Amino acid sequence: MITERDVEHIGTLADIAILREELEEFTTSFNKILEYFDILDQVRGEGTGEEGAANVFREDEVITSLSQDEVLSNAGETEDGFFRAPRVM
Amino acid sequence: MAGRTLSFHPDDRFHAFLRTVPDPAFGEGRLSGMPVAVKDNISTAGIETTCASRILTGYVPPFDATVVSLLKKEGAAIVGKTNMDEFGMGSTTENSAFGPTKNPRDETRVPGGSSGGSAAAVAAGLVPLALGTDTGGSIRCPAAFCGIVGLKPTYGRVSRYGLVAYANSLEQIGPMAADVPHVNLLMSVIAGYDPKDSMSLDAPYFHTPSMDVRGTRIGVPEEFFGEGVDPRVASVVWDAISLLERKGAEIVTCRMPSMAYALAAYYVTCMSEASSNLARYDGIRYGPPVDVKKPWHEAFQERRREGFGIEVRRRIMLGTFALSSGYYGKYYAKAQAARQNVRKDFQRLFTEVDVLAGPTMPTVAFRFGEKSDPLSMYLSDILTVPANLAGIPAISVPCGKVEGLPVGLQIMGRWMEDERVIDVAYAYEQGGGP
Amino acid sequence: MNVIVGLEIHCQLDTKTKLFCGCSTDYRDDEPNTHVCPVCLGLPGSLPVINRKAVEYALRVAKALHCTVPEESVFARKNYFYPDLDKGFQITQYDRPLAVSGYLDIEGDEGEKRVRITRVHMEEDPGRLVHKGGMDRPRYSLVDYNRAGIPLIEIVTEPDLRSPKEARRFLNKLRATLEYLGVFDSEKEGSLRVDANVSLEGSERVEIKNITSYKGVEKALTFEVTRQKNALRRGQKIVRETRHFVEARGVTTSARSKEMEQDYRYFPEPDLPPVRVAGWVDGIVLPELPDARRQRFMAQYGCSLIHARTLTGDLRLADFYEKVAAGTDPVLAATWVADTLLGELNYRDMPVAAVPSDTFAELVALVQEKSVTDRNAVEVLRILLDQIKEKGSCEGPRACVERLGLRIIGTGAREGDDPLASAAREAIAENPRAVEDYRAGRKEALNFLVGQVMKKTRGCAKPSDVNAVLIRLLSGEE
Repeated sequence: MITERDVEHIGTLADIAILREELEEFTTSFNKILEYFDILDQVRGEGTGEEGAANVFREDEVITSLSQDEVLSNAGETEDGFFRAPRVM
Repeated sequence: MAGRTLSFHPDDRFHAFLRTVPDPAFGEGRLSGMPVAVKDNISTAGIETTCASRILTGYVPPFDATVVSLLKKEGAAIVGKTNMDEFGMGSTTENSAFGPTKNPRDETRVPGGSSGGSAAAVAAGLVPLALGTDTGGSIRCPAAFCGIVGLKPTYGRVSRYGLVAYANSLEQIGPMAADVPHVNLLMSVIAGYDPKDSMSLDAPYFHTPSMDVRGTRIGVPEEFFGEGVDPRVASVVWDAISLLERKGAEIVTCRMPSMAYALAAYYVTCMSEASSNLARYDGIRYGPPVDVKKPWHEAFQERRREGFGIEVRRRIMLGTFALSSGYYGKYYAKAQAARQNVRKDFQRLFTEVDVLAGPTMPTVAFRFGEKSDPLSMYLSDILTVPANLAGIPAISVPCGKVEGLPVGLQIMGRWMEDERVIDVAYAYEQGGGP
Repeated sequence: MNVIVGLEIHCQLDTKTKLFCGCSTDYRDDEPNTHVCPVCLGLPGSLPVINRKAVEYALRVAKALHCTVPEESVFARKNYFYPDLDKGFQITQYDRPLAVSGYLDIEGDEGEKRVRITRVHMEEDPGRLVHKGGMDRPRYSLVDYNRAGIPLIEIVTEPDLRSPKEARRFLNKLRATLEYLGVFDSEKEGSLRVDANVSLEGSERVEIKNITSYKGVEKALTFEVTRQKNALRRGQKIVRETRHFVEARGVTTSARSKEMEQDYRYFPEPDLPPVRVAGWVDGIVLPELPDARRQRFMAQYGCSLIHARTLTGDLRLADFYEKVAAGTDPVLAATWVADTLLGELNYRDMPVAAVPSDTFAELVALVQEKSVTDRNAVEVLRILLDQIKEKGSCEGPRACVERLGLRIIGTGAREGDDPLASAAREAIAENPRAVEDYRAGRKEALNFLVGQVMKKTRGCAKPSDVNAVLIRLLSGEE
């Protein structure tokens, strides 16, 4: 059983804000969905049967990078060729 | 010949497109001058690509997805970007941040999803060809609901480079068109090895569809006609299977026990991968800018709340939960074990039969708002997700109607046998289905 | 109280391109955000492709560290949110690393010591953040993704180190090994970063993050060990925590406790197939590594253990020595490189690469042929190094000796034209008191006279020669 506090915790873990009025709807749907997922408890076996390809590599050859203008073209805020970001400290 | 352009001014009554290119250029090649609609989660250089999400509003990729380059190389005209459920998360196209698409067959109903815009554009006759993407049925579901043909290729057969990731291990770009030959044509253009996609297979697709199904063994898993499948839909699909039998195919009923947990395995996997894939939308490099005056976590959390719709946030949070310490074993690891069992079931079945057949969707197209409960929407994907879990090819081809609404026949094939899936669908289509 | 230290070392692999895309790794002097593409910028729809060379380099390291390479290893996503992380996750390796269970032998506090290596894995470097603003202005960060995607190897040791000094020695040995392998350039800024786990036996473990220099490791550990000992002495408990090393102040500070609760939600990277390269290991031919080279230097050149260890402890120094030793007496060359040159370079904070080996060989030759005294040779070396530091090049040692008139004054010539003898005669003539004292049996007086002669010859004579000449002259036959 997931509580509203659990949902808030998951929001923090996922770094997503949840509005107060959304909390109840998220809690209800989480409980329904997670209850449905309980069917996986019946599953036996391992998930590591790798039969696919391996060792897909590229050679160490330099390609042309994007220009600084292209790199910054979709950015909200830039300064002297850098992206601006919120402070982390 | 360079410099030729097409005039594209469609009457988009169903909101199939998020944006159109009025005068797209085109060149020489197998698709010369043919208008192709591209789902909005496929990157197009110089054309805004949003995944129908507010968080990518204004984002203009500096590069083309490999499939788009291939289309251009064959002379196609990229005429626009089609509507979809935000990031592919939904089965109705109602989860678009820019409003839903209507089903051209019945405007009170959804076109299916998540490639609803592409399906509607084809069904409404606005384009002959469209690209969709299929993570758990997102090509086949709208193809079925709109009465067109859609193929989810073998995983790796079409490059994912430039496809905005939702659930990397499950999704494929695929062709959508009104009939099998057009799907076949589009597939032949977009398939092939791409060194930019490490999961890409070196298996080009050159195929002329054959309608000869004599001796083809078609398996029909009981689980595909189980609980939740509208009996009227089941009946139409059985008629279609019978038609194939009359054309010389052999019908074998069989069991697929892993269907019991395939849907749960699918949702745990796609949510987990999505929770990681969607972490990059922080408003620093692209998309509506993050507020740089606020502290990082606060700004980031706010950006994500505003930018993502409620279903996207739900899936990110559930995926985060499924990967979190203490729950990884119960959810993510179990889902991978379940996925392995699905693969094994298919492998076993495909030693006995050549293809598997059943309905694409359990019902006909929903009314708008009918699946407002998330779990009930998820449950409607039960018949399409197994193919994604196993990476095998699957196609939906129209096979009749229930109350005037299209029903899709789904054909699933062995890994790398996209050609055979096409052939069986073609045989049905040419066989004079209802 | 026993000190227990384990290290996690991140080294940039010296490939031409990034780990998952073809952008150049040669970004250090360039404008921000000019070495990026859709992949390392994390643009939607981009996909990673593994650089084969990076895998080869990492395997070389694994082999040199005597690791086991499992049949299959996989990349995984480490999920955390930070503006320098272009995709919102870092592609790294988690439960199935490239290599496990190796070791590196080092000179420990109590002789030769084997430090066990837990694992070696590959991962991508994040971008770089610059903090802006301050007290009076809103604060924000600037981000440059040129570094994002540079290939790193992370080498994790068992907690086998017993002192800050041992940790430093381990790092030096590791650095030398990586450079010998040709996979790492320690002179590139930021090419090495270290996290250290430190505990006192019986107490909780503390992780120190963010150490970015070789010297920093010893400093940070010394500070931390002292801090923990003091805390215990005061009856406090050591709490399990993460601390940051503040290089400028030489201290560690407690990080927010939130960082300890980080849940990285690792899962296999779905865009990359597994890596199966165990079979490559046998085909890797390792170059001569520091231990082997040390043995050879002792056998081939007759170097002392201490000189051999110093010379082979750094690839460039060892190469330099071998060039010098090729044309001079190798033992003399060893002393001059390992003792004299290294000291002068450290004093000036200059790399050995700045010194042309033939120039230095010429200087050693001058010493060897007794054209210049040891002391004046050191003087010449200093002048040459200062010239290099100032303008990037220097005059020849022989020219410098001639220019300054530092050629040695010998005793071999006949007395009439012997400058040493005339200087000695002058000194005797000018210092009758000292001569008297000497003759009266006060032997110290001779030292005074030697000093006077040295002054007159401006150091161009050997003290032993001066001594001999003075004794001969004072013994009276003139």
